[in-house]
Amino acid sequence: MADKKKLGAYICKGCGISERLDIDELAKIAKSDGKVAIAKQHDFLCNSDGVKMIQADIDAGEVSHIVIAACSRRAKTDAFRFDNVAIARTNLREGVIWVRPDTEDAKETTQEMAEDYIRMGCAEVKFMTLPSASGEQGRVDHVLVVGGGFTGLTAALEIAKAGYLATIVEKTGALGGTAAQLYKRTPVRSPFADPQDNGIADLIQQIESNDKITVHLNATVSKTEGAPGRFNADISPDIGTKTFGSIIQASGFTPYDATQLPEFSYGKTPDVVDQLGLEALAKEANGGAIKRPSDGKEVKNVVFVQCAGQRSEKEGHLSYCSGHCCMTSVKQAMYFKDANPTVDAMVIYTELRMPGAAGEDFYRNGQDKGVTFTKGIVSEVVSEAGKVSVKFKDLILNEEVDLESDLVVLATGMVANSGIDSEILLTEEDEKTEEKAEEKTEEKTIIPIVPAESILNLEYRQGPDLPQLVNGFTDSHFICFPYETRRTGIYAAGPVRRPMDMAQATEDATGAALKAIQALENAGIGRAAHPRSGDLSFPIFRKEGCTQCKRCTVECPFGAINEDEKGYPQFNEARCRRCGTCMGACPVRVISFENYSVETVGQAIKSVDMPDEFDEKPRLLVLACENDAYPALDMAGMTRREYSAFVRIIPVRCLGSVNTIWISDALNSGYDGIILMGCQKGDDYQCHFVKGSEMAHYRMSKIGDTLQQLQLETERVQTYEIAITDMERVPKIINDMAATIEKIGMNPFKF
Amino acid sequence: MTDVVATNQTILVVGGGISGMTAALEAAECGKDVILIEKKPSLGGRVAQLYKYFPKMCHPTCGMEINLRRIKANQKIRILTMAEVTEITGDSGNYSVNLTISPRYVTENCTSCAACGDAVETEFDDEHNYGLKKRKGAYLPFLMAYPQQYVIDPRLIGTADADKAKSVCKYDAINLEMQEETLTLNVGAIIWATGWKPFDANKIQAYGYDRIPNVITSVELERMMDPTGPTGGKILRPSDGKEAKDIAFIQCAGSRDRNYLKHCSRICCTATLKHTTYVREQYGDEGKSTIYYIDIRAIDRFEDLYHKTKADKTVSFLKSKVANITQDKTTANPILHGVNTEGYQRYTNAHELVVLAIGMEPSVDFKQLGVNLSINEHGFIENDPSNGGMFGAGVATDALDVNRAVQSATASALRAIQVVNQVATAEG
Repeated sequence: MADKKKLGAYICKGCGISERLDIDELAKIAKSDGKVAIAKQHDFLCNSDGVKMIQADIDAGEVSHIVIAACSRRAKTDAFRFDNVAIARTNLREGVIWVRPDTEDAKETTQEMAEDYIRMGCAEVKFMTLPSASGEQGRVDHVLVVGGGFTGLTAALEIAKAGYLATIVEKTGALGGTAAQLYKRTPVRSPFADPQDNGIADLIQQIESNDKITVHLNATVSKTEGAPGRFNADISPDIGTKTFGSIIQASGFTPYDATQLPEFSYGKTPDVVDQLGLEALAKEANGGAIKRPSDGKEVKNVVFVQCAGQRSEKEGHLSYCSGHCCMTSVKQAMYFKDANPTVDAMVIYTELRMPGAAGEDFYRNGQDKGVTFTKGIVSEVVSEAGKVSVKFKDLILNEEVDLESDLVVLATGMVANSGIDSEILLTEEDEKTEEKAEEKTEEKTIIPIVPAESILNLEYRQGPDLPQLVNGFTDSHFICFPYETRRTGIYAAGPVRRPMDMAQATEDATGAALKAIQALENAGIGRAAHPRSGDLSFPIFRKEGCTQCKRCTVECPFGAINEDEKGYPQFNEARCRRCGTCMGACPVRVISFENYSVETVGQAIKSVDMPDEFDEKPRLLVLACENDAYPALDMAGMTRREYSAFVRIIPVRCLGSVNTIWISDALNSGYDGIILMGCQKGDDYQCHFVKGSEMAHYRMSKIGDTLQQLQLETERVQTYEIAITDMERVPKIINDMAATIEKIGMNPFKF
Repeated sequence: MTDVVATNQTILVVGGGISGMTAALEAAECGKDVILIEKKPSLGGRVAQLYKYFPKMCHPTCGMEINLRRIKANQKIRILTMAEVTEITGDSGNYSVNLTISPRYVTENCTSCAACGDAVETEFDDEHNYGLKKRKGAYLPFLMAYPQQYVIDPRLIGTADADKAKSVCKYDAINLEMQEETLTLNVGAIIWATGWKPFDANKIQAYGYDRIPNVITSVELERMMDPTGPTGGKILRPSDGKEAKDIAFIQCAGSRDRNYLKHCSRICCTATLKHTTYVREQYGDEGKSTIYYIDIRAIDRFEDLYHKTKADKTVSFLKSKVANITQDKTTANPILHGVNTEGYQRYTNAHELVVLAIGMEPSVDFKQLGVNLSINEHGFIENDPSNGGMFGAGVATDALDVNRAVQSATASALRAIQVVNQVATAEG
């Protein structure tokens, strides 16, 4: 059905639109230039009567592609939701009448603005197809959990409780991970007073008795290929290939190697231990007096050295805070105090980090139990003649102290088991092939003792493991979206994602379990994951034109595209986030989406009525990121900030989707200036598609050469980083460009 | 009458801040039916009142835009604003929830054309700006407000202004006769994402918030930084409207204190580190920030921000719980008194402005609400089997930063799904 596109335009007269604009003229243009079969006007398009009018035309088969010329695409979304038709929204309110003065002088240019937007909306919708899922993959209700520590076990159990299957692959011969080595854990319930059972035995029992959970011990994932809904993982040895809907990586952490701290005598004497060493001693004591490893005598005084080898810029140290160690030291000090209140237990710290209700209560309870806390900096732990002494500067009393102690516990940090850093691999490769260099110059902190073995062994073009954020952790970069992953359907959880304690790991594992379930549900119906949740469009690739340049496979921020043996891209719909960075990258323009393509935008650009050179009416094109710049433009309208009537704004999915052909087409068709508005790039990037804005800036840095070849001024194309709050700045940028054009003159390519 | 379809496979999310929005979205994007209720006229909660997030210094409205787009695109979520829970009966998998919906006096016909706001003259304290600014009696709570629909302040009803608002509305969107509604929903699971409120600074008498004009709170500073906020994006002294360049930040204002909130509010240290970047943003090297603290709790990778802040020469740290604040009568400068714990020296330090890093407390008193939840001594929800099909999310469960709140909300969505999936299995 609906082979033939039937176009209709619906123009709203409300909110002052008809007072400010000649609606009859707009309707006429929709028919003449926009080639719509139907052009209707309504006093109040978003009310039930207006909506009914549109729906009736849809139901009668009169229209398959509609232009709604009213308010911003961000407004009245409930009213203007129509199923089974392609829709373009033309913004006459926030984008035209609200940013233009209501004066006689401005009338003509404001009307022209609206007319062009009508043309653009019609051109856009004409080249749209209604997206439908490709049906690339089925639905597999089974989650692979890599890692059988506390986080992995929790995730598997939560998945099973929701009715889905889980398989745990654990490298060692036993479940429980590091948590199983703990004598007790910090309390999770008010009054947060005493260490409690680590709960691992109970957790393992629940796992083993759950028929939805399969456990493979002494096993690793030797190969992972596919996409959400159809991941094939080879489980070695001997288990073979299994299919999963999604993956949770709970590969945990490795304790920092304390032998790298010779100043603290670790390794020189058994009476200096790290926190896990103390757990072993406490397990052995099992509630009785904790014994000194060197001579087996009861420990009468113990010193905890916080931040040992961490929060430090020294080479080989960890620069970050591992978050849990203050809580852990207080818990361990309680082991001593609970067994024998006369034991001296002192915690030497610089900042005692025990946040929230649980943290502060536990701290207070530690004080109540007689644990002492001293703000100080430990310079050395000296081991001589069977004695250990801690040298530190007491910051409260402002004096150097030499404290003899039976046992010293070093609170060392967590090092993530992240596998191989794909970014470093890629950078190296780029440098080798000299395809593109420059931007990846920021220093990577190489963390010691990160195992260089891959965890997932992904058969992905962009490397075998999850990309890392900072300090070797695979965390999300987004404050609002902690489970944002750059490998769709694969979620890191627990201390591999971010340093964390068991309480947080419980939440993290459960959250990751939800995301894993969501990913397989989405894959089953061909829907995109966050941030374009629910999007059914996916990249369509025309192989004939492809030159195997590999830009799409390299630049995809989500590693969604593989290469076949001949170097052609292989798209994986369920891995794709629909940002369009591949479309923007493609020099031969063989990649597009059904409802967003080189054509939908390109035709909109070319559809405007271009005044000639002598008209003194320049035309400015703005390509604005729909997530941040476009809302900022909307809010400029809502607050009635004026900007030039010469501008024509097109929202884009991400600046990364901007294909340079749009720029050259725009210049060739007579636009005088072009502004690209994307999100912040760099280390603190705000681009929701990670690299889109960065890629666009990079590509545009190259366009300067093209402009110079055409003997056009480079000022004609400007790229900006815009925040959603920039409602004052965006009009200024537009007006500045208008002023620049006035200065440098019109584009000579007008015809 | 508000028409809502709900069944015992529906998840109810109480609270439309970032935790509630997240819980609702994550569950709905797994295919579940969700009802999200918010007592204010729009979604967004506390984060909508923040200028930037630490440690990235990005804008909360950026993530909010994405979440709103997810909501707009998802027909599984039904949103009820100005709605509050009054009673809950039943058990896991089968709750009956009574709600009241306060009148907005503006219907879905509203196009947010702003005509009513322009016409009305009466002004009230603007809640979005903690009363630092006035707003009209017919108003859109803030630019990103969703639903994008005006509200008539109930205090306007019965006045000539209300009639004026109605008369200028061309879209028949104002109904001054609207009454409070009550509604009963049958749902399977409930997520409490009721969030927090700033601790009442007036209670900390020694800090003089109620009598020294140039003592403000951290949440008020966030509003000042907003370009559309009460001071147009500048840090201005309430006493004389002059720019404050020498600013003291007092940590644990209300937190870690047996007299007020026993708990640590977790976010305040890092928020203050962020605030020093605001001062730098405004004044460069001319600004001066002094942080009075007990411990700087910048855990895990927030340490980077602490490290960077320590390297900033305009920022100094003083380990001290400030004893009290007085005011210099001629300059209106607040004067801080206390002892520097490192070295035990007394100080009497004048600053142009004091910002209290105010603590977070749960916004809902669940005991008073009469809901059968396990609540700890701090007023936070503890996830306990006795809670049945009800789960806490975000700051309703502990003092959390945004990232951890979202993590908690995502987890709560799965817990609720487990309940409704069991219902679905049982009912075949």
